[in-house]
Amino acid sequence: MHPVLKIILQRLALGLLTLFIVSIVIFTAVNMLPGDFAQAILGQSATPEAVAAIRRDLGLDQPYVVRYFGWLTDMLQGNLGISYAQLNFQSNMGGQNLKTVADQIAPRFANTMFLAGVAAVIAVPFAVTLGVLAALYRNSAFDKAVNVGTLTSISSPEFFLAYILVLFLAVLNPLLPSIANIYQGISLADRLTATLLPALTLTLVVTAHMMRMTRAAIINLLASPYIEMARLKGVSPFRIIVKHALPNAWAPIINVIALNLAYLITGVVVVEVVFNYPGIGQLFVDAVKNRDIPVVQACCLIFAAAYILLNLAADILSMLANPRLRHPK
Amino acid sequence: MTDLLLEMHDVQIEGRSDETWMPIIKGVDLILKKGEVLGLIGESGAGKSTLGLAAMGFTRDGVRISGGTVTFDGIDLRTASAETKRQLLGKRIAYVAQSAAASFNPAHKLIDQHTEAPVQHGTASKAESMADGIELYRRLRLPDPDEIGFRYPHQVSGGQLQRAMTAMAMATRPDLIIFDEPTTALDVTTQIEVLAAIRDIVEQFGTAAIYITHDLAVVAQMADRIKVLLKGEEVEEAETREMLSAPKEDYTKSLWAVRAFQRPAKPAPATDAIPVVSVQTVTAAYGKIPVLHDVSFDIHAGRTVAVVGESGSGKSTTARVITGLLPQSAGVVELDGEPLPADYRKRSKDQLRQIQMIYQMADTALNPRQTIAEIVGRPVEFYTGLKGHAKRNRVAELMEQIELPASEYADRLPSELSGGQKQRIGIARALAAEPKFIICDEVTSALDQLVAEGILRLLARLQDDLNLSYMFITHDLATVRSIADEVVVMKDGRVVEQGRKAEMFRPPHHPYTDLLLSSVPEMDPDWLTNLLAERGVHNIGDAAAASIK
Repeated sequence: MHPVLKIILQRLALGLLTLFIVSIVIFTAVNMLPGDFAQAILGQSATPEAVAAIRRDLGLDQPYVVRYFGWLTDMLQGNLGISYAQLNFQSNMGGQNLKTVADQIAPRFANTMFLAGVAAVIAVPFAVTLGVLAALYRNSAFDKAVNVGTLTSISSPEFFLAYILVLFLAVLNPLLPSIANIYQGISLADRLTATLLPALTLTLVVTAHMMRMTRAAIINLLASPYIEMARLKGVSPFRIIVKHALPNAWAPIINVIALNLAYLITGVVVVEVVFNYPGIGQLFVDAVKNRDIPVVQACCLIFAAAYILLNLAADILSMLANPRLRHPK
Repeated sequence: MTDLLLEMHDVQIEGRSDETWMPIIKGVDLILKKGEVLGLIGESGAGKSTLGLAAMGFTRDGVRISGGTVTFDGIDLRTASAETKRQLLGKRIAYVAQSAAASFNPAHKLIDQHTEAPVQHGTASKAESMADGIELYRRLRLPDPDEIGFRYPHQVSGGQLQRAMTAMAMATRPDLIIFDEPTTALDVTTQIEVLAAIRDIVEQFGTAAIYITHDLAVVAQMADRIKVLLKGEEVEEAETREMLSAPKEDYTKSLWAVRAFQRPAKPAPATDAIPVVSVQTVTAAYGKIPVLHDVSFDIHAGRTVAVVGESGSGKSTTARVITGLLPQSAGVVELDGEPLPADYRKRSKDQLRQIQMIYQMADTALNPRQTIAEIVGRPVEFYTGLKGHAKRNRVAELMEQIELPASEYADRLPSELSGGQKQRIGIARALAAEPKFIICDEVTSALDQLVAEGILRLLARLQDDLNLSYMFITHDLATVRSIADEVVVMKDGRVVEQGRKAEMFRPPHHPYTDLLLSSVPEMDPDWLTNLLAERGVHNIGDAAAASIK
C-alpha cells in the first residue's frame, strides 16, 4: 500500500475515535447544564408532578449511561432525534407537521456552509496573496501596512467590523443589503448578494492569521541553502518566493487555513445575529437557551465533525505537499 | 591582458555581530585567468566561503563588502546594480555548494532545477536545456542519466546529488564556477568519483574555477594554483607543485605537517587477557530492517580500536548496541568478561558508568543553556555522588586534564567556546564518569586539521594516563593511521576485515579495504590521474562497484 494512503487511513480512524470521545464530552457537558428542558418550559411555578411527567415523557429520568447509548445508537443510524421544543409544540397543536432535528438543522447548516464557502473563496486567496507579497517586500512600508491592517481587523470585535461594513457598503453607499434575507427558492445571484456583507466581515476576521502564517512560513525558509542557491542562479526575487519558498511552506499554511475554515463554520454566531443570517449558529444559541438538548447535541457534534474533518484534510494536504511522502524512495 | 577573468583587489569584508561590524576578510587580492582553477584553502573561519561568494558579488545577510574592488570581465560587481548582477549569476558565474542535499530544492525534480537558470536567463529553451542536462549527467557518469533527472532530491544519493549540482552549474556554460567544499560531506570512495567528474568537465569546457576546501590533498588534485588563507588574510599563493614541495610560510608548513602525527601502535595484548569490551556475533535491526550481521571484535585495556567504513556501514549502530540504546536481536556484548544486559535500562549504574560516549557534533551534544561547570559537574554528581566543594574540585581536576583551566572556563556557556574547546568539554564530561571505555563517534571530523590533531593528542595522552580503552568510529583513514592500535573495517553491517594497524595498512587487503585505502587522496598532484589510470576504467562508479563485489 502507498505510504500516504496508509497514513490517511490511520488518521481517518483516529478522527473517528476523536469524534467518539467528543460525543461523550458533549453528552456529559450538556447534561451538566443547570436546569433542564422540563424546568425551562414550565417556569418557576411548575408543580413537581408536572416536571416529573415531562421528564418521563422525554426519557430524562433514565440513568445517564442508558441515555448516552440510546442517543449514540440513534446518531449512528442517522437519527438526530426530535426537538423537545417541537414535541412541546406538538402536544399543544395536536401532532401536525412534526419536524425532526435533522429537518430543522439541514437548511440552517446549508446556509452556514454557503456563507463559510463564500467567505473562504474570498479570504484564502486574499490572505495567501497578501502573505506572499508581504514576504516579497518584507520590512517595507507595504509589509508594515498589511500587518497593521490585518492585525487591526482581527483585534476588533466582529460586530464592530460588521457595522463598519454596513455603514460604508449599505448605508452611505447602498451597494449591498444590510440584512441577509434568505428565503426558500432564492436565486443564486440574490443569495450571493445577500451573503456578501457577512462574508466580507468574516474575511476581515480570518485574514490576519492566514496572511501572517504565510509570510512567516516563507520568510522562515529564506535562510535555507536552496534559497541561497536560487539567488546565486540569478532567479528573480518574485520567482524565488513563489517557486522556491512557497512550495515548501505549504504545511504550516494549510494547517492555519484549516483552523480558520473551521472557525468560519463554528464561530459565526455574532455575524449571523448582526445580519440576521439564518445559519446554524443562531439555531444553536436558541437551543441552548431553551435547553433543547437534542438540537444542542446535534449542533455540537456537527461542529466537532467539521473541526476533525478539516484538520484531517489539512494533514492529508500537508502530506501531499511533501515530496518525500508523495514520492517515496 | 585579455584572458583576465576575475580580479579582486584589496577586498575587505565585514560581518555584523551584535551592533558592530567585525572584519572577516582583511584586504585580499585574487586574480583568475580564463580557464584557470584556483584552490582556496584554510581552516574554518578563515573566510574562504565568504571570499568565494564575494567573487560572485554576493554576500550573505549580515555581511558586507566594505572595501576594495571586485571586477568580473570588466564589470565592477561592487557598483553594479542588483539587476546587472542577477543577469550574471547563474549565467556567467555559477556556484556549487557544500551540501547538495540541502542546496537542491526538495519540492522540485532535479531536471527542473537544472533547466531553471538557462530558461530564466534565456540561453536555452526548456527542451534544449533538458536534453543538455541529460547529456551532462551522462558526462558526469551519473547512473541512468536519462531518468535520474526526473527524480526528487531525496531519491538520489549524496554523491550523485553533488554531481547533479555540478551539472546544474554547467547548464549555461558559465565562465566561472565557485566550488565551495563540494566533496567535504562525502565518503572517500564517493569523493573520488565526484573529484574526477568535476575535473574532467572543467577541463572539457575550459571553465575557470575557484575551488574552496580545507583538504590539502584534494586541492592538490584540482587546482593550478593554491592560495592559503588564515583569519581573513592571505598567507601565501603559489603554483600547486611549488606549494606542495616547498611551502614558504610556517603556517602552511604546519598545515602540511598535520598528517604526520602518528603514535606507535601498542604491543598486542596477552592472548589470555580478558578484553574490556567484547562484541560477540551481534546482529541488530531497526524495526524489520537488519543493520548489523554477526559483528564480533574485542577491545583490550588501554587500546584503541578504530572502526572504519562508509556512511551506512553500521559503525554508529554498533556503538548504539554497545551502549544499550539499540538492544541487539542476537549475540552478546561483554564488559570485563561479564555479559551486559542488551537494554541500557536494565544495566546497573556501574555498568553504565564504565561506558561513555563522545559525539561528533560537540555543538549539539552540549546543552547551550548550561555553563561548563554544570555540564561537567552533572555526571560527576550522578556517578560519583560528590557534592559541593568536592564536586567543584573534581570538575577543576577534569578541566585540568583537558587543558582548559577551570578558573577561566568553568563559568562560560558552550557558545563562548571554539569548536575544539567544545569537543574537549565533551571529553571531560565522558571522563567525569571515570569510565574504562569511551566510544568516540567521529569526534574529529567536524574540526579543522590542526584542532583535530590537538584532540587526537589529548585523547592519546589521556589513554596513557588513565589506561582507557577507545572505540574510534571514523571514516577518515588518516585518523586511523595516527591513533589506532587495531582496525575493524565494516561494510553493509558486516565486519569485512580486522587486525593490527600495521597489518591493515600492508597488502594484501580485502578488496574493500583496498578500495577504501586507495581512495584517500594523497598530497601528490598526480595522485588522482595515476589512480584513475591504475584502476584503468573510465566509469569509476562501475569500477568501485565491481571491486566491492
